[in-house]
Amino acid sequence: MARMKFLCDAERCIECNGCVTACKNENETPWGVNRRRVVTINDGVPGERSVSVACMHCSDAPCMAVCPTDCFYKTEEGVVLHDKDMCIGCGYCFFACPFGAPQFPNGPSAFAARGKMDKCTFCAGGPEENGSKAEFEKYGRNRLAEGKLPLCAEMCSTKALLAGDAPVISDIYRDRVMHRGKGGEAWGWATAYGRPENANEGAKEQKREGAK
Amino acid sequence: MLTRKATAHQGTLPEAGVILATNPASTATGNILAKTMDRRTFLKRSGLVAGGGALATQLPYNMIGSAEAADVAKDKTGVETKRTVCTHCSVGCAVDAVVENGVWTRQEPVFDSPLNLGAHCAKGASVREHGHGEHRLKYPMKLVNGKYQKISWEQALNEVSEKLLAIRKESGPDATYWVGSSKQSNEQAYLFRKFVSFFGTNNMDHQARICHSTTVAGVANTWGYGAMTNSYNDMQFSKAALYIGSNAAEAHPVSMLHMLHAKENGCKMIVVDPRFTRTAAKADVFTRIRSGTDIPFIWGMLYHIFNNGWEDKEYIAARVFGLDKVKEEIMTWTPDRVQDVTGIPEAEVLRIAEMLAKNKPSTVVWCMGQTQHTIGNANVRAMCILQLVLGNVGVSGGGTNIFRGHDNVQGATDVGPNPDSLPGYYGLAAGSWKHWCAVWGVDYEWVKGQFASQAMMEKSGITVSRWIDGVLEANENIDQDSNLRAVVYWGMAPNSQTRGLEMVEAMKKLDLLVVVDPYPSATASMSAMMRKDGVYLLPACTQFETVGSATASNRSIQWREKVIEPLFESKPDHTLMYAFAKKFGFEKELCKNIKIDKDKQGWDEPNVEDILREINRGTWTIGYTGQSPERLKLHMKHMQTFDIKTLRANGGPCDGEYFGLPWPCYGTPELKHPGTPNLYDTSKHVMDGGGNFRANFGVERDGVSLLAADGSASKGAALQIGYPEFDHVLLKKLGWWDDLTETEKQAAEGKNWKTDLSGGIQRVVLKIYGCHPFGNAKARALVWNFPDPVPLHREPMYSPRPDLVEKYPQPADKKVFWRLPTMYKSLQDKVKNISKDYPLIMTSGRLVEYEGGGDETRSNPWLAELQQDMFVEVNPRDANDAGFRNGEYMWVETPTKGRMKMRAQVTERVAPGTVFLPFHFAGWWQGKDMLEYYPEGAAPIVRGESVNQGTTYGYDSVTMMQESKTTLCRVTKA
Repeated sequence: MARMKFLCDAERCIECNGCVTACKNENETPWGVNRRRVVTINDGVPGERSVSVACMHCSDAPCMAVCPTDCFYKTEEGVVLHDKDMCIGCGYCFFACPFGAPQFPNGPSAFAARGKMDKCTFCAGGPEENGSKAEFEKYGRNRLAEGKLPLCAEMCSTKALLAGDAPVISDIYRDRVMHRGKGGEAWGWATAYGRPENANEGAKEQKREGAK
Repeated sequence: MLTRKATAHQGTLPEAGVILATNPASTATGNILAKTMDRRTFLKRSGLVAGGGALATQLPYNMIGSAEAADVAKDKTGVETKRTVCTHCSVGCAVDAVVENGVWTRQEPVFDSPLNLGAHCAKGASVREHGHGEHRLKYPMKLVNGKYQKISWEQALNEVSEKLLAIRKESGPDATYWVGSSKQSNEQAYLFRKFVSFFGTNNMDHQARICHSTTVAGVANTWGYGAMTNSYNDMQFSKAALYIGSNAAEAHPVSMLHMLHAKENGCKMIVVDPRFTRTAAKADVFTRIRSGTDIPFIWGMLYHIFNNGWEDKEYIAARVFGLDKVKEEIMTWTPDRVQDVTGIPEAEVLRIAEMLAKNKPSTVVWCMGQTQHTIGNANVRAMCILQLVLGNVGVSGGGTNIFRGHDNVQGATDVGPNPDSLPGYYGLAAGSWKHWCAVWGVDYEWVKGQFASQAMMEKSGITVSRWIDGVLEANENIDQDSNLRAVVYWGMAPNSQTRGLEMVEAMKKLDLLVVVDPYPSATASMSAMMRKDGVYLLPACTQFETVGSATASNRSIQWREKVIEPLFESKPDHTLMYAFAKKFGFEKELCKNIKIDKDKQGWDEPNVEDILREINRGTWTIGYTGQSPERLKLHMKHMQTFDIKTLRANGGPCDGEYFGLPWPCYGTPELKHPGTPNLYDTSKHVMDGGGNFRANFGVERDGVSLLAADGSASKGAALQIGYPEFDHVLLKKLGWWDDLTETEKQAAEGKNWKTDLSGGIQRVVLKIYGCHPFGNAKARALVWNFPDPVPLHREPMYSPRPDLVEKYPQPADKKVFWRLPTMYKSLQDKVKNISKDYPLIMTSGRLVEYEGGGDETRSNPWLAELQQDMFVEVNPRDANDAGFRNGEYMWVETPTKGRMKMRAQVTERVAPGTVFLPFHFAGWWQGKDMLEYYPEGAAPIVRGESVNQGTTYGYDSVTMMQESKTTLCRVTKA
């Protein structure tokens, strides 16, 4: 069974924000709600690197663990989704999330007045009927149901942002790393992208790359 | 901390986007689990899981592909997909627009496009917003007592045309100025040239003047054509690439797709720039250069190349003219001298020179960092010389990859409103006019009668960089009868031109100012700030609301389908030109060979395909003759058949052709020339897109032959020697005349390859003899017809180094240059010591989120949210000396008394002594928001101070390019 993942290749990301506007375009999120953003370290000095970050659809998602109404659920493909009808806008998920993925339409206001949480759905919609108006209005487009991948990754200017089944995108990334001879130090590589059928392979690989 | 990404000002934009529904009525949650199960089973059926892997192998470095078949019903009625091309830069990224019942509802990537493989930057990924256009100019407006009021189209067309005709009657046609646009399609830009010619003036121009005019002039005079020699895709073959004065990661982001792939395969990427740009962040080597000192750096590299014997001696002997003289100058640029002027130490210069020389083919990329200088024409020629010495031109993976700016700036340069040439670089001589009059089917005498005189008809017009002087300069100093009294801004932003303080004075002095634009643009607010009436705003539509072709930087031509009907009351540019032509009384002449259709509101609309066919019939010089609408549409439909490295179709209906038939695509469409992927490439047959340098400057100079050496010619050519360009005489001499058909003979008699309207000369030369119609010559390292035949370093007008101004001064002033007196040395001497008061170098450039003057992109909420403030990059040292902190408002002040208030971004991206300002902002003036001066509801979401309010005087000595990359300023606490 597929495990849908994002992987951003920092050697390729040029901080063009194409992923950010692609997401806005496809999901029509309002001003101030950014399901995806590009984070840059060492801005303006040698060593500058950028990565595009959204919900990482964690294998063991902290947001799911802390939600008081249990509004989160995970699809068989590993996509972490939530039910806005159950969300009370408490913001616990925001504090739990290491990636800053949960967004609130009313900003950092008081409990509940924040509005219902919104986040990246891996372009997989929500609990409403696939492709329905209700689903689009609450969660944005459901591209997965159309046989397409998230638009942010599909439109990435340098194909830095990869989306898809973890073994597939990890193979692509590995191939690039082999060509460049560096760059395999992506954080959480083994946990997120290793092949489940060879649980140890990923860990071994990370060791090898670390030893280079 | 303020970084390049603005912190979101939440909730400040109620109108943007769709607010997520939180309707409590919909909380009947149903059985979530069951629905999830549904999706799981559904995904299994859809084959999504297997789909991803297959695509990864099909696309070697493009890992994302839409997965296979899906169940969601797509065959809804009223849903169509239209294929168009992004309008934001010259890469030419294809876009699939999904339209439901006339509304543009979705945007899908075009993985099949060989140019972008589905990829987009922030701008490309947001083009669907054009279909909303909430901040557009919605209907014609007129400035009445300082406020814009809505008027009808009828009133607008009547009043504007009456006023223009009155001015023409009183002061002659040259009292008007027409700013055209690189945002127009080829057909519109071409029609605009014709339209303004029929009004009777050469006073017209467009964005190319201030972006790559120096490139076009410098490069064409070196070897033939003024364009990017290779392509973005071809850079995948490069082993080393030098970016100098180009920030491709922000200005041409999708080009980096090709470069980063090349880099993964071992290409060495080098960036030389005053700033540590985002492109530099991806480079193997980055070196900081003092702004405006490109030639000393290039000569410094060549010094090492010659000293080490790394030059390609055989190539130089066969294909380069006049290098000896240039070498004399080069060898005076010893490493210590180079370091003194550029700031780059010898070891770095040597390292870069060695990388380029030992990793061939190596390519070079340049943009505005090289071109926007008083010596821009010399900078670009020095780059050409570097590539010639290394034997890199006409070679796949090599070449001069000159990235153009706007989506159709190459096309508008080729066939559009240039003040010094008719379409196709034919010039303005009587013979050129007669050639085009024959194509247009109009009487030459009639056209001549439209102008003030034959002399004015053959005299280059004023450039867009100087129109303000056409208004403000004393009448006795200008080389035309009247000063400019009316200006029509048809698709260009005023804040992209320098000397803003003087521009508003010129706007005040005009009798009439007309703006034709989808967005009212800064022109509307700047003029409303200065005057009470005499300004008209006319809504044009975008390229998504009409059809037409656009030429990407690599010379590939793509056809855009119409996505949606024009929004609000807007009209396509060509429809408006025809409407005005009717008022001026020359609509019959304007569209003699062009069918007139009726649009949905009953307006007359010239048929765009007919306009392209007319371009095809006349533009022989640069091979715009083979790209018929039918051939272009076929390419758009079968994009998947083209190779992503070579751009060549492998099988399918376009077999053997290059994507978009990159010009030159010689001969008639029936000749089936495949287009030219890399210019001057002798390793290919001319009918396979091969070529050689152009014989455009005679056959000998000072007793030395200008033709290519024996044995140097394109593959399979019947003449394996240098030869001149072809005309009827040469054809007869060679005994090739009888290869023409009888009808071709009649048309070709007395003509040459450029003026034979039958295409017979080109057909015989190319197809039968494999020769190049424009001859086979050497490239010119020495361009004797330019003011500095050997490219010379000259200090910028406003230099921070008075000592170097002494050594490397500007040339003498020119009394008449493009109809205007132009200062060089007199001004430089006057401001020689001004760096005491204005110690910092001020330079400007692009942001990835915005384009050009920025009115369009700053009106797009998806982009505007990402850059909400004008800012200046200042080194921590200079900020500390001036006493302001990161994120604070501060002032940038320039020698012209320009005062610009903006936020400080304190960063080591710039070196001490240099500040950088993005050039996309407008809508603030000396610290004040100009919101009140915009038409109601049509102000861009983000407004800020324009860098060009404070930029200074300075123009290229050949093309009148403005000096906007190097001037001086000081920064103070607000």
